[in-house]
Amino acid sequence: MLKESLRMSWQNICANKMRTFLTMLGIIIGVTAIIALITTVEGATGEITSQFAALGAGKVSVSVTGTPLKRGLSQTDVDRIAALDNLSGVDPTVNLTTYAAIPGLMVEDVSVEGRSAAYFAVDSSMIGSGRGLTLMDMDRHSRVCVIDSDLRTALFPGENPIGKEIILHGHTFTVVGLTADDSSDVMSAMSAMYGAETNGTAIIPYEAALRLTGAQSVNSLTLYLSDTDLADETIAEVEEVLNAAFNYRDGAYRVINLDSLLETMSTITGMMTTMLVGIASIALLVGGIGIMNMMLVSVSERTTEIGLRKALGARPRLIQIQFLMESVMLSLMGGFIGIVIGNVLSAVIAYFIDMTFAMSPGAIMLAFGFSASVGILFGWAPARKASRLNPIDALRSM
Amino acid sequence: MSDVILSMRGIVKQYRMGDELQTVLRGIDLDVSEGEFVAVLGPSGSGKSTLMNIIGCLDTPTKGSYILHGRDMSALDEDELSKVRSREIGFIFQSFQLLPRQDAMQNVELPLIYSGVPARERTKRARQMLERVSLHDKLHHYPNQLSGGQQQRVAIARALANNPTILLADEPTGALDQATGHQVMNLFHDLNEEGRTIIMITHDIGIARHAKRIVRILDGNLTEGVAEDA
Repeated sequence: MLKESLRMSWQNICANKMRTFLTMLGIIIGVTAIIALITTVEGATGEITSQFAALGAGKVSVSVTGTPLKRGLSQTDVDRIAALDNLSGVDPTVNLTTYAAIPGLMVEDVSVEGRSAAYFAVDSSMIGSGRGLTLMDMDRHSRVCVIDSDLRTALFPGENPIGKEIILHGHTFTVVGLTADDSSDVMSAMSAMYGAETNGTAIIPYEAALRLTGAQSVNSLTLYLSDTDLADETIAEVEEVLNAAFNYRDGAYRVINLDSLLETMSTITGMMTTMLVGIASIALLVGGIGIMNMMLVSVSERTTEIGLRKALGARPRLIQIQFLMESVMLSLMGGFIGIVIGNVLSAVIAYFIDMTFAMSPGAIMLAFGFSASVGILFGWAPARKASRLNPIDALRSM
Repeated sequence: MSDVILSMRGIVKQYRMGDELQTVLRGIDLDVSEGEFVAVLGPSGSGKSTLMNIIGCLDTPTKGSYILHGRDMSALDEDELSKVRSREIGFIFQSFQLLPRQDAMQNVELPLIYSGVPARERTKRARQMLERVSLHDKLHHYPNQLSGGQQQRVAIARALANNPTILLADEPTGALDQATGHQVMNLFHDLNEEGRTIIMITHDIGIARHAKRIVRILDGNLTEGVAEDA
């Protein structure tokens, strides 16, 4: 019996192809929009999040502008912060842009970063070959450096740079390591954030960097948290130290928790997705009204047929099911086409904005559920109307 | 004559037209026995369509009792009436009422679908019925490929499909020319000879004469007539 109803519904849908298509169009557009939006936003969010996470998972960055009396953090301040709980590393950073040279060759605009051993301790994959800076380098005030592939290409094309000496800002350093290529992505992202385009980077012990700049204090500090859940408490403690260091002067420093930035960002994208899907749902609603309209027309057109079916022994419920099936079939077909078009569309978008495309099962299920419920919701009233038609009136109407 | 299969007593049907209460049937008594061929003859507006709707369980009387095959029809709800229509009544309409997008076989199968006959049995019975009305070469023709007489024969095959107690025909020749009309009446004769009970509603005395018994309906009252009079 169900099979027959399905067959009859299908015949009726096929009988009027143009009208069927136009009716489905609303659903197709709505579902396409939903799929394309969710898939694209999800993809972009994933991409941004993973880039961001590589950049700053578990990191808190402290930047200090200081006060007229005290321009930066002293070694004592840094030690005090390092003594706090829940910090796996404290990495003071000193940046300067200077030249790098070997006998007979000089490269301008090289970014020299003074860092501590903690910087290398966090991620061992950062070093491509050679070694990173160690605590021993710090203690001994060793004149060693780690360079990135840009600087290596500039100074030592085709040579192994490890063990070679280079001159940075007039001082000689021995190259002990080379950063891995993918980590230079992160670093170039960082330096892009600092707004500097450089010809390469050399990392030296930060105290050596302090000496290069002639400064007495540190203006930038990266803290590595052992437990990110305790971030807020730890940041409060850090701020306490900083307040004491700068005499509670406003605006002397800024603490940025990259994790909380990430959270804020995902909240924003989540809100955006919800909003966009909300807008796309309006298209679905309009599509549903289209289906309802067509079903109502169909019921009036087929009044005689309904009467006849009733005279031949069709129960009201069966008539209702048949019409409901028709509207659900319509909306599901529209939904299916929309899912296909939506995914193709997001694949194209992903291709053009250079992003990996991944189908979103959540979006597909949402679209499927949406279109099925639109079919049921908006097919219900017309189907009920059909089932309640009086067979006599229905037969007489012809 | 054998058993009475249809028995009506004091059937009254009233409609509310705006503020006015209109009485269409004023106490109809009618008995039909198995194997009869009855014509209900009356002009338009006499209430004969209303009577047909009540006989066919498409409508329920305002008052009175209607016993079909030993069951009281006035007490049934819509679902049960559907069942009765499916098993007991074979409808034949003036304008054939075939579904245009279904071929002859599918049209005949329709009532079998509603009575829950399995697919293979359905095909077999539909074919038999179409052969019975001499349309064995038109099984897969669509209504618009058939003449009026052929369409009405498909409709008769459809009415016969569930082997109903009563064939109920409403002006079965109304849309046909005289020659084809006669063919259809001959078919009715044959079916009646085979023992099929037929009730035919018509306004045409010439057609009514084909029946073995004529009852006249006028202004909602039924009077017994004989086929030979008038």
